[in-house]
Amino acid sequence: MAELPVEKADRRVPAEPRGAMARPGRLTEFWRYYRENRGAVIGLWFLGIVVVLAILADLVAPHSPIEQYRDALLRPPVWENGGTWDFVLGTDAIGRDMLSRIIHGARYSLFIGAVVVTLALIGGVTLGLIAGFMRGWVDTVIMRLMDIILAFPSLLLALVLVAILGPGLFNAMIAIAVVLQPHYVRLTRAAVLSERTKDYVIAARVSGAGMLRLMFITILPNCMAPLIVQASLSFSNAILEAAALGFLGMGAQPPTPEWGTMLADARELILRAWWVVTWPGLAILLTVIAINLIGDGLRDALDPKLKRS
Amino acid sequence: MVGFILRRIAIVIPTFFGISIVAFAFVRVLPGDPVLLLAGERGMDAARYQEALHRYGFDLPIWQQYLHYLGQLLQGDFGASINTKKPVLVDFFTLFPATLELSLCAIIFAVVLGVPAGVLAATRRGRLADHSLMSVALVGYSMPIFWWALILIIVVSGWAGLTPVSGRIGLTYFFKPVTGFMLIDSLISGQKGAFASALNHLILPTIVLGTIPLAVIARQTRSAMLEVLGEDYVRTARAKGLSVWRVVGIHALRNALIPVITTIGLQVGVLLAGAILTETIFSWPGIGKWMVDSIFRRDYPVVQGGLLLIATMVVFVNLAVDLIYGLINPRIRHVR
Repeated sequence: MAELPVEKADRRVPAEPRGAMARPGRLTEFWRYYRENRGAVIGLWFLGIVVVLAILADLVAPHSPIEQYRDALLRPPVWENGGTWDFVLGTDAIGRDMLSRIIHGARYSLFIGAVVVTLALIGGVTLGLIAGFMRGWVDTVIMRLMDIILAFPSLLLALVLVAILGPGLFNAMIAIAVVLQPHYVRLTRAAVLSERTKDYVIAARVSGAGMLRLMFITILPNCMAPLIVQASLSFSNAILEAAALGFLGMGAQPPTPEWGTMLADARELILRAWWVVTWPGLAILLTVIAINLIGDGLRDALDPKLKRS
Repeated sequence: MVGFILRRIAIVIPTFFGISIVAFAFVRVLPGDPVLLLAGERGMDAARYQEALHRYGFDLPIWQQYLHYLGQLLQGDFGASINTKKPVLVDFFTLFPATLELSLCAIIFAVVLGVPAGVLAATRRGRLADHSLMSVALVGYSMPIFWWALILIIVVSGWAGLTPVSGRIGLTYFFKPVTGFMLIDSLISGQKGAFASALNHLILPTIVLGTIPLAVIARQTRSAMLEVLGEDYVRTARAKGLSVWRVVGIHALRNALIPVITTIGLQVGVLLAGAILTETIFSWPGIGKWMVDSIFRRDYPVVQGGLLLIATMVVFVNLAVDLIYGLINPRIRHVR
């Protein structure tokens, strides 16, 4: 048994220092800067909890999100007069448990954010790379197209797109992705323009790297920092816009426990049952704050201008 | 300077064509027969159908249809609402003052609170005031404003009973609109209490619509001030022994405001998007509510015309911001 630590150490010696030398712990370095921002760490913790709740929603939630308890309509939260432990945060107008609906709603919001950011990121980065690389008329056409999208207030454009595609969660996500895309195109293009004349790119070009390789393997990794920050910001935007669409009746459709849709149902009750209105909005607000905190932390950690080295 | 202005305008022209193409295409990609959608009638007889087909130019090849549409736009014909039967342009100009009044109040609210908050946070960097102000700004920045509106209604209108829940003025007041701005009209009317009622109706929508711009302006002012406060000329001003007020208020703030003005200008799109939600919740008769109602009523001529008018307005404001930015910051003019 005494040999074991030695053996372990032996195995580790060649592995770790070499890795550290080749790449001086990029992730570790990132984490060191990220950790300095206390808010960002809190945001990460909070988001982590939301993610776990979303994944385990079926196990954690005390009730089904769509089960209607007809004998417990508009039951107030437990600490109010008439509240019970059965429904900790109360029930809505048709007797569904608020807490369970909020927990299940986390799934939708996170899913919406993830899908929208992925769609916008893929589309935006591709178009931005093409625009920055090709220049000339291709560049002009792409950028003018993005100007046109940006000319419409985002929510209005999303509403109109949903009117064309038909209301529903999936169409709402496509609409929001279209609306958020121009920011990625602009960022990527700007980054490509500043990188493409640098020596390492010319070296790659001279050694015969093809267009696609230059775009995606040589240049793209060096443009990632602003894109990551933008991704975190548009994640929260996507959640807000999807909730707004749901609130206007053009997003997820009832009885889906999406937070914005829940607020739409609750509108007539605002002066009668405050809890039906308060919880879904609070869930949106806290999740968005957490993501924005993470975004701020990412920017501080990734922005070389602010790095104190 | 002239070259700079012309260059900026040249960039904008294709955008206008793009906007018109989007509006033109909108009716044509909607599911359903565009003629019936625009005429708003079901089960038209064949003769009327032909007449409508011809009136909207749908019997022409697509590019001629577009030119036809552009021609109509240039003559100020944006179509007519199926619901009110009035021209879209007339409805737009009747409702626009309500949105403008609300947006102006919101932006004034945001600037009056946001700029001092940003300056205060920057001068107290890292201290309690900075942290608390920026935390509040973060909350404002992350706010789902439709929920914020509902909460304010619950607390301010419901529990405290301080403000009305919807509309622009109490039902007991009636006067002919002169300017379209309720605050001014109610003063002109001379009716007792009318102005107070109009003001009371404005408070909650203003706060709701102004919240996100307020947070954005406060953050932007803070970071612009921090940048400027480190500049040599600020140090010189300090070294000369000028008072803190003079250094911060005149030397630093004037320069820090340049990026802030751009931010304020760019909030126009945000305000219009916010107006959609705010006006819907507070039954504020402006263009945001008009658009949402039209989408739900399938009043597609209004949606088509409204899209065009709103986007055109956004582009114009952004162009103006660009030009003003060039005016106050000469360095930008020579950079392409």
